[in-house]
Amino acid sequence: MKQAKQNSTKRLVTRLLFTVVGMFGFGFAMVPLYDVICDITGLNGKTGEQVVATQPNENAPLSDRQITVQFLSQNAAGMDWKFSANEAQVKVKPGEVKVVSYHAANPNSYAMIGQAIPSVAPNEAAQYLKKLECFCFQEQPLEAGETVDMGIRFFIDESIPEHITKLTLSYSLFDITKSSSSATKVTQR
Amino acid sequence: MSAAHDDHHHGPAKGISRWLFTTNHKDIGSLYLWFSFAMFLLGGTFAMVIRAELFQPGLQLVDPNFFNQMTTMHGLIMVFGAVMPAFVGLANWMIPMMIGAPDMALPRMNNWSFWILPFAFAMLSSTLLMESGAPNFGWTFYAPLSTTYAPSSVTFFIFAVHIMGASSIMGAINIIATVLNMRAPGMTLMKMPLFVWTWLITAYLLIAVMPVLAGAVTMMLFDIHFGTSFFNAAGGGDPVLFQHVFWFFGHPEVYIMILPAFGVVSAIIPTFARKRLFGYDSMVYATASIAFLSFIVWAHHMFTVGMPIAGELFFMYATMLIAVPTGVKVFNWVATMFRGSMTFETPMLFAIAFVVLFTMGGFTGLMLAITPADFQYHDTYFVVAHFHYVLVPGAVFSIMAAAYYWLPKWTGYMYDERLGKLHFWLSFIGVNVLFFPQHFLGLAGMPRRIPDYALQFADFNWISSIGGFLFGASQLILLFVVIKCIKGGKKATAQVWEGAQGLEWTVASPAPYHTFATPPDPKLIHDQ
Repeated sequence: MKQAKQNSTKRLVTRLLFTVVGMFGFGFAMVPLYDVICDITGLNGKTGEQVVATQPNENAPLSDRQITVQFLSQNAAGMDWKFSANEAQVKVKPGEVKVVSYHAANPNSYAMIGQAIPSVAPNEAAQYLKKLECFCFQEQPLEAGETVDMGIRFFIDESIPEHITKLTLSYSLFDITKSSSSATKVTQR
Repeated sequence: MSAAHDDHHHGPAKGISRWLFTTNHKDIGSLYLWFSFAMFLLGGTFAMVIRAELFQPGLQLVDPNFFNQMTTMHGLIMVFGAVMPAFVGLANWMIPMMIGAPDMALPRMNNWSFWILPFAFAMLSSTLLMESGAPNFGWTFYAPLSTTYAPSSVTFFIFAVHIMGASSIMGAINIIATVLNMRAPGMTLMKMPLFVWTWLITAYLLIAVMPVLAGAVTMMLFDIHFGTSFFNAAGGGDPVLFQHVFWFFGHPEVYIMILPAFGVVSAIIPTFARKRLFGYDSMVYATASIAFLSFIVWAHHMFTVGMPIAGELFFMYATMLIAVPTGVKVFNWVATMFRGSMTFETPMLFAIAFVVLFTMGGFTGLMLAITPADFQYHDTYFVVAHFHYVLVPGAVFSIMAAAYYWLPKWTGYMYDERLGKLHFWLSFIGVNVLFFPQHFLGLAGMPRRIPDYALQFADFNWISSIGGFLFGASQLILLFVVIKCIKGGKKATAQVWEGAQGLEWTVASPAPYHTFATPPDPKLIHDQ
C-alpha cells in the first residue's frame, strides 16, 4: 500500500518534471514561432528574406495600378551616422523592378559598422514587398569620414490587395561596431 | 507547544535547526508565512517611498532613477516575495490537514523549496547597495530596457528570478503530488474543500508558466552576456517578442495570485454565513475555466504594440469571456450569504471586502479589455488602480482573512477581535483612499512610473498618498495581533468557529505537530 503510493508519487513527479522541461523549451520555441507568425501576417512590418527564386515575370504585361512607395530613415539611439533616402518616394507598378538608394556617411574619426533593419507600414503590405537586393542583408562598415550609397532592388508582388495604394519602407540604422566582431553572423532580413 | 512524547510521535527539534532542517508541513508553512510577511513590509516600505515622492508635484525626496528602482523592486518583491509565498505557506499549513494527509508528499523538497527563497531575495535586494543601483526597468522588465539599457545589477536580478522560479515549481509539484496521492480514504476529488481545488489548479498554472519565465530571463542573460539577439533589433531580434514571452507567463501569473484567494474566500464565507457554499461544482468548473482562459488572453497587455485588427478582436473577446466564470463565482459567494445567519468576525469582514473590492477591480479590468478604450488607459494610473484593486483588497485581503481565520488553529488561542476589527477598518478605508483616486488620475492622463507630474494631478495624488500612509501603518497592527495571539489569549476550541466545517477543524487547537498519522474516520468527510 505504502510502496504503491510512493511509486505513483514518483511517476507523477517525473511526469510533472517533464512538463517543466517541456514548457522551458516552449518558451524558446516561441522565438521561431513568433518569426513564422510575423512572416505570415506581416506583424511588426517585418519584411521577408532575400528573394531569388520568385523573380518577377519580365514578359507579363504590367498592370496599370500605381503604388507609391515612400522611404524613411532613422538612426537608432547612439548611432550618429548621416543616414537618408536619396529618393523620398517612387511610384511603381506591381511586378516592376525598381532600384533606389540610401546615403550613409560616417562623420567620426574612427571606423564603425552599421546595420540597417527594415520595417514596412502598413503591416499588411510587408509580405508583398519583395527585395532582390538590399543593403540591409549585410553589415555596412564605414571608415572614418567615408560615405556610401547603398542600393535596394525590389518589386511589389502582383497579388497585393487593391486597397493598398501606398506603403512606407523604413530603415533603422544601428551601431553594431562592438557586437559585430563577436556575433558571427547577423541574421539576414 | 505540545511536549507529549512517545515512541513514534516526536515533537519538533529544538533551536534553529528545527527551522533549518524541518520537513514538517506546519513548520514550513509558518516559515513561508513569516517570510512573506517580512517581504510584505519590505515591499511596503518601497511603496511608501513612492507615495512620499508623489505626495506633491516636483522632485523632493529621491532622484528619478532611484524612483524607478523603487517601483521595480516594489512590484517584484510584492508579487514574488509577498503574495506567492503567502499562498504557498497557507497551502503547506492547510492542504494536508484539509485532505486528511499526514504531511506533504515530498517533505524534503518542501524544505528545499522554502530555503532557497531567502537567498533569491537577499540577492535581489542586495542590488540596491550596488554601484549601478537596483533594477530600474519596471517589474515587467521589458527588453531592451532590461537588456541593452539595463544597469549591470540585472544579472543578479536574472539569477534571483531563476531561483524564485525553481522554488515555485518545486512547491507546485509538491502540492499536486500531495493532492493527487495523499488524500484520506473517502476524500474524493469533488469532496475536497475549494481551497484545495483552487490550489491544485494554481499549481498546474505554475508548472506551465514559471518555466517560460525562466526561459525569458535566460534569453535576456544570453542577450546581455553572450552576444545573442533574441530581443535586440540591431541583430535581427525583436523587442516585441519579449512582451509576448513575458505576458504568456504574466497573465497566468496574475491568476496564480488570485485563484487561491478564491479558495480562501470560499472557505470563510460559508463558515460565517452558517450555510453550505452555494454551487460548489460550478465553483470548481469556473476555476478551471479561468485557468484555461488565462493562456489565451496575454496580448491584452500589449494592445498598443501594433497588432492586426483580428488579433486585437480575438484578445478582446477572449478577455471579456473571463468575466463569465468570474461572475459565476461572485454570484455564488453572494448567494451563499443570502439568507444566511451571518456574523461579522474579522475574517468575514475581510472576505466580504474581498468580494466587493475585487469585483470593482474586475470591472475596471473589463474596461481595460475594450481595445479602443485601452489605447487611452494604457500605461496610465488607471492600470495601476485596476491591478492594485485586484491584488491588494483582492489577493492580500484574502491572505489576511485566511490568517485571522486559521490563526486560532495555528496558535491555539483566539486573536484579539477588537484589534482585528480595527486593523480591518483602517485597511479598508486606507486601501480605498489610496487606490480609488488613482482611477481619476489615470483617466485624466497621468502616466505610470513617473516621479513628478503636472500640477492638475496634485490633489488626487495628495489624497492617494495619505491613504497609502494609513494603509501602510495599519499593517503593523496585524503584526501586533499575530504576536499577541501566539503569546496567549482565550483558548480556542477544536472547531474554533461555530459554522466551520472540514477536517482541519476536527483536530485539536493548536494543531498537534503531527496530524492524521492515521487517516481520519471517513464519516468525518462531508459532501460539499
